[in-house]
Amino acid sequence: MHRHEKIWLTLSTAMIVGFFLIAGYQTFALEMGPPSHSETIDPQKVDEIEPFDEPGVYEVGENKYEVVMTLQIFSFTPNEIEIPAGSEVTFTMTSKDVTHGFQIAGTNVNAMVMPGYISKITQTFNEPGEYLVLCNEYCGAGHQMMSTTITVK
Amino acid sequence: MGIAKLEDAKSSQSLPITKPESRLYMSFIHVAFISLLIGGLMGLLQTLVRSGKFELPWGIDYYQILTVHGVILGLVLTTYFIIGFHFALMGKTVGISEKQRKVTWLAFWVMVVGTIMTATTILLGEASVLYTFYAPLRAHPAFYIGLALVIIGSWVAGFVNWRQLYVWKKQNPGVKSPLAAFMVTINTLLWFIASLGVAAAVLIQFIPWSLGYAETINVLVSRTLFWYFGHPLVYFWLLPAYMAWYLVIPKIIGGKIFSDSLARMSFVLFLFFSIPVGFHHQLTEPGVDPTWKFIQVVLTFMVVIPSLMTAFSLFATFEITGRKKGYGGLFGWFKHLPWKDVRFLAPFIGMLAFIPGGAGGIINASHQMNAVVHNTIWVTGHFHLTVATTVILTFFGITYWLVPHLTGRKLTPQLNKLGIVQAIIWTVGMTIMSGAMHIVGLFGAPRRSSYSEYGGTEQASEWIGYQLAQAVGGTILFIGILLMIYIFVKLTFFAPKGEEEFPIAEEEEDAEPTPAFFENWKLWIAITIALILFAYTIPFVDIIQNSPPGSKPFDFPIGR
Repeated sequence: MHRHEKIWLTLSTAMIVGFFLIAGYQTFALEMGPPSHSETIDPQKVDEIEPFDEPGVYEVGENKYEVVMTLQIFSFTPNEIEIPAGSEVTFTMTSKDVTHGFQIAGTNVNAMVMPGYISKITQTFNEPGEYLVLCNEYCGAGHQMMSTTITVK
Repeated sequence: MGIAKLEDAKSSQSLPITKPESRLYMSFIHVAFISLLIGGLMGLLQTLVRSGKFELPWGIDYYQILTVHGVILGLVLTTYFIIGFHFALMGKTVGISEKQRKVTWLAFWVMVVGTIMTATTILLGEASVLYTFYAPLRAHPAFYIGLALVIIGSWVAGFVNWRQLYVWKKQNPGVKSPLAAFMVTINTLLWFIASLGVAAAVLIQFIPWSLGYAETINVLVSRTLFWYFGHPLVYFWLLPAYMAWYLVIPKIIGGKIFSDSLARMSFVLFLFFSIPVGFHHQLTEPGVDPTWKFIQVVLTFMVVIPSLMTAFSLFATFEITGRKKGYGGLFGWFKHLPWKDVRFLAPFIGMLAFIPGGAGGIINASHQMNAVVHNTIWVTGHFHLTVATTVILTFFGITYWLVPHLTGRKLTPQLNKLGIVQAIIWTVGMTIMSGAMHIVGLFGAPRRSSYSEYGGTEQASEWIGYQLAQAVGGTILFIGILLMIYIFVKLTFFAPKGEEEFPIAEEEEDAEPTPAFFENWKLWIAITIALILFAYTIPFVDIIQNSPPGSKPFDFPIGR
């Protein structure tokens, strides 16, 4: 093999290894990995099963909230959520029909919400303001209408 | 060294392409260019709708044209062009028999029937499910059956390629297979192994379910099978571009192939590492084990290495060729490159686009960083750099010599000039469109969404300017498409008769001989399957064992 080729490939490989070591460290040591909750649910009976029989915003501790949410064509329940600044919010979500996406623009909250599965994702809202929540997986003709807001006061 | 070396082939590499062969290869390329026109028009309409200044007439749905755009450009244009190019390379280097040609015609017609079935369902509004057709949205059964026929036809075409090489090797024992034939075999193997996944999803899950024989569908299994196919699909697009870079570009610049072994090694690595990586499209999904997500992320990073090998090899060829021509200095050799030859310029711009394109790809695959961009229009910007610039500009670069070679015409200086204009228009349009998509994607603007003000929120109002920029870029790109269609029609029907060269480069004289183990196909296939089994067995069994009750079909959300 050519000497320059060896140098090039060594540097390239070192760079790639560096990338996945950093990704691995952040994922496993700092717990920054992508949402991977594994609980399942009968997608035909979401309304009858706890906690989705009563979707809503629940205070679960000091500055800690849980939002139990269902996603359905083409809306979020509950919608227009309000929470105090500095709260840590865990979203517990499932779909009542097709595959949806849950994204809060301007944050790293981004999760697929699929029928049959419960998705969980946690975010701390420090900055007051109005956050746009939108469905980012195509779910049908009204997909672009599927949005709501989270107001942080 | 104890490694057995292969003899170089002397006689082959440049067989004549007969008239009946040309007709066959051109048939595939014709479908590709018809697709370019239709798909490009759909793309233009999408960018106009998203600018908020334009509404589709006659009640046409945004998602209907988006489905046409994705299916016809992502699946139809690419597959037909690639098969046509594969066959031209095989015909040139190892030859084709009459029987093989007839079987290929069968493959072509199976694919055409499938394409028409799928296209009809989309045009009737019965299949606005986008090209990923995620369950439980349900399209008309003919949509899935048509897709299955396209895949089956493409398999038959691939089997013919394997047979061509097999027959050639029988006639040339102990001789190293031509590099072009080796590369085509790798890419058809990659395609076959990968499309088994989507074929399984379509045949076992979607068709019975869409016909009503199965009441429910396992959503996560269908997505996993789709993405088992979906990522190698992009390498199936990319490898023909790499073939042109390794084989054709050196000849056009008056040089030789830097290293036959390096080229073969990079293709083998693509076969290994492009398949066991589908989870990086499913990083934010529930139900997939997080450890296995990360393992597939690591495997995804491995596939960067053969691309970096390719980059080295190409620039080595550029430099060696320049120095041989007497251009000195650290970068003086850069000047010798034939900038005014569109057969070089268009693919070269494609290579440059792959630098930001590849870097963006690493970001997308970077596990937790994926949350920043997943399903945002950044991703759309990304693959418009990779497939819609790198790959397509290289395909255009191939078209400028392949089409006149097959039709017995010449690329005139005037058409060459138009080609250069085309490449520049494309570069400008794509920089604007893809650039705007990348930026606004980082702000959170979603992909695959019709125009929306999202209840008038401030965040979404900041996106509108970028959407206007996308429409400007999209319009410029559509002008580029019209120009390309004009050039294609000229080269096919009107350019002056003559003989256009089929440029395939030879190896450097002092290059190291290629080791014999490169011909050990059983080994490459075994390693590929072992890697797939390693990456998928445990998480896939886990997905099936922990499956929720299935999902019933949904027709009304897509207006059925």
